[in-house]
Amino acid sequence: MESGLEQKYNFDVVRWFTVMAAVYLVVGASVGVYIASELAWPFLNFDSPYISFGRLRPVHTNAVIFAFGGCTLMATAFYTVQRTCGVRLWSDKLAWFVFWGWNTVILLAVITLPLGLTESKEYAELEWPIDILIAVVWLSFTFNFIMTIAVRKTSHIYVSNWFFLGMMVMIVYLHVVNSLAIPVGLFKSYSLFSGVQDAMIQWWWGHNAVGFYLTAGFLGIMYYFVPKQAGRPIYSYRLSVIHFWALMFGYVWLGAHHLQYTALPDWTGSLGAAVSIAMIIPSWGGAVNGMMTLSGAWDRLRTDYVLRFLIMALAFYAMSTFEGPVMALKTVNALSHYTDWTIGHVHSGALGWVAGISIGAIYHLMPRLFHTEMFSERLVNFHFWTATIGTVVYIVAMWVSGIMQGLMWRAYDEYGTLAYTFVESVDAMHPYYAMRAIGGAIFLAGAIVMLFNVLMTLRKSAADGSLVRARSVPAPA
Amino acid sequence: MADRKVKAKSFQEWMEINIWGLLFFLGLALAVGGLVEIVPLFFMKNTMEHNKFPEIVWPKAGIEPIVAVDEAGKQVWNWQPGDGVRPYTALELAGRDIYQREGCYLCHSQMVRPFRDEKERYGHYSLASESMFDHPMQWGSKRTGPDLARVGGKYSNDWHRQHLRRPQNLVPESVMPAYPWLDESYVNGKRMRRHMSGLRLIGVPYADADIEKAPEVVKGKTEMDALVTYLQVLGTMAKLDEAKAYRE
Repeated sequence: MESGLEQKYNFDVVRWFTVMAAVYLVVGASVGVYIASELAWPFLNFDSPYISFGRLRPVHTNAVIFAFGGCTLMATAFYTVQRTCGVRLWSDKLAWFVFWGWNTVILLAVITLPLGLTESKEYAELEWPIDILIAVVWLSFTFNFIMTIAVRKTSHIYVSNWFFLGMMVMIVYLHVVNSLAIPVGLFKSYSLFSGVQDAMIQWWWGHNAVGFYLTAGFLGIMYYFVPKQAGRPIYSYRLSVIHFWALMFGYVWLGAHHLQYTALPDWTGSLGAAVSIAMIIPSWGGAVNGMMTLSGAWDRLRTDYVLRFLIMALAFYAMSTFEGPVMALKTVNALSHYTDWTIGHVHSGALGWVAGISIGAIYHLMPRLFHTEMFSERLVNFHFWTATIGTVVYIVAMWVSGIMQGLMWRAYDEYGTLAYTFVESVDAMHPYYAMRAIGGAIFLAGAIVMLFNVLMTLRKSAADGSLVRARSVPAPA
Repeated sequence: MADRKVKAKSFQEWMEINIWGLLFFLGLALAVGGLVEIVPLFFMKNTMEHNKFPEIVWPKAGIEPIVAVDEAGKQVWNWQPGDGVRPYTALELAGRDIYQREGCYLCHSQMVRPFRDEKERYGHYSLASESMFDHPMQWGSKRTGPDLARVGGKYSNDWHRQHLRRPQNLVPESVMPAYPWLDESYVNGKRMRRHMSGLRLIGVPYADADIEKAPEVVKGKTEMDALVTYLQVLGTMAKLDEAKAYRE
């Protein structure tokens, strides 16, 4: 490994974000398994307001999206931008402000959400004072990133950084508009928008939190870490240009497909659906671009567990980005909307793609950040299988329950009356809700193993003094 | 920045060596979709059904108080179910605040789609005008439990109370949590006054008396009373006509 990197770059803040990402994956997945179990065995709500499903569910979504996803994005964005620009972060102080600011947001989320302090906007529940803090921290993150690119040593801006930039700018738009509200108390506010306009804005946010935060950002990770881990350049430059601009321009339109057949005007929903279908092309272009980077080195998958995570993530990306447009079709949406199928779709993206590529990136980063081998390669492989099996069990459970719900709700008997009461559909879900909780628990087991592996690597690095040694090497002239 | 003197051979390459240019065009590309889909919803008349069918909305909203409390403590209503969509009373709004707080929207939608089975199960499809005073909307995205857009009047107040205290007593297969703590706290009248003033600032038509009398309307009411009152008004505001095509 190159020497002097510790002096040249700010890896400290990357290290902290990376370790926190591993911690938050365990936290977020634990809450997820718990609320999944509440739906299977409702006594687990224990008649307590603080852990009832409605209050814990936002804790789960915020913990996995903003705590785990956010720390992963910040670690990888700060790492990638330094490595691909050949310079240290523009400002170390601002980077640390982002670290502490973001973790404060997470802490406040974990406190306020169980207390029922919520704007009740899906995936943007946090109340207005926290929203302001998020905006400040996010802008600092973005500004530091842009300025690092502005003072770069390399001639061209690498493709990963385009994707990271796209995410940052879009999240600024989305967060600012979607969070506009009138405060009526320290922790209570009402959305500035109402009814149908509010619905469109919420899903413009909702789908683009998926499209930009959870897709563009993680594609930034893919474009750096897959070629790095494979030791080969990205398959096609041209494909990455198409992937990038089509995704940036197109994804923004998709939110409306969440509101098919609702009181949203038909033109908006149809427009959203049409663009959704077109999005298969750039999405698959991107997936192919990532996977084909391995062409000629496929055998590496047998031995390189980190690469397995990255490639499996791309497979899930390809699958979810096919499933998504299918679900946006009006006829399919009529069945799938309001059912568990949506939850299954989200998790094939979130567990398979987002967590997969993140975990791959974390395992890629660990030896480079702590200057020592991973504590256990076998545990990485164990994690790969638990993550994959857990995800598949989860998705299959939700496919079955979702399609079953949809069909039961619209079923008629021979007399032309509804065949099932609503609660019969609830009852029919029980085995699948249990199965989902088990799938989630398998995934969680893997996350715990990763955290253990990460912490043991930290200890190993401290014991053999590798990090200290790396820091003491004089900087290259 | 020593070795950065590269001559761009294409527009794409120009952006790849010019961060500010890249940012600018990225900012433009990202803005289009949202602008096209969102902005017209504020201006196009056919977005809201009451532009064509004004009877959906209560014409006296903001002019007359919805409900007043007379000296004997009796409620006097200026609005009757079916008179049209109106802002929520102080008690209903308190109930709606609780609905938000407990995350009910995560398992219950409030948006009936125009399908035969939904009509038979829930009632007339929902209109955009029906949630025009909902800041934010509570359409939801998931039906772990049934849709509630038209639940008002379907069950008795007593049924709702029992159900919220222990859902499984009434519906054994239910996976809904119990909400016993709603019986334990009272609605704060001053707070509701503040909430209503805030809503009026962003365009919800409350009459002065609606806001002033908020503490009297919610006096002695528990959170349970408030939530049940809110549930009972859902879908009952406008009287919808089967023969009319409110939406194309």
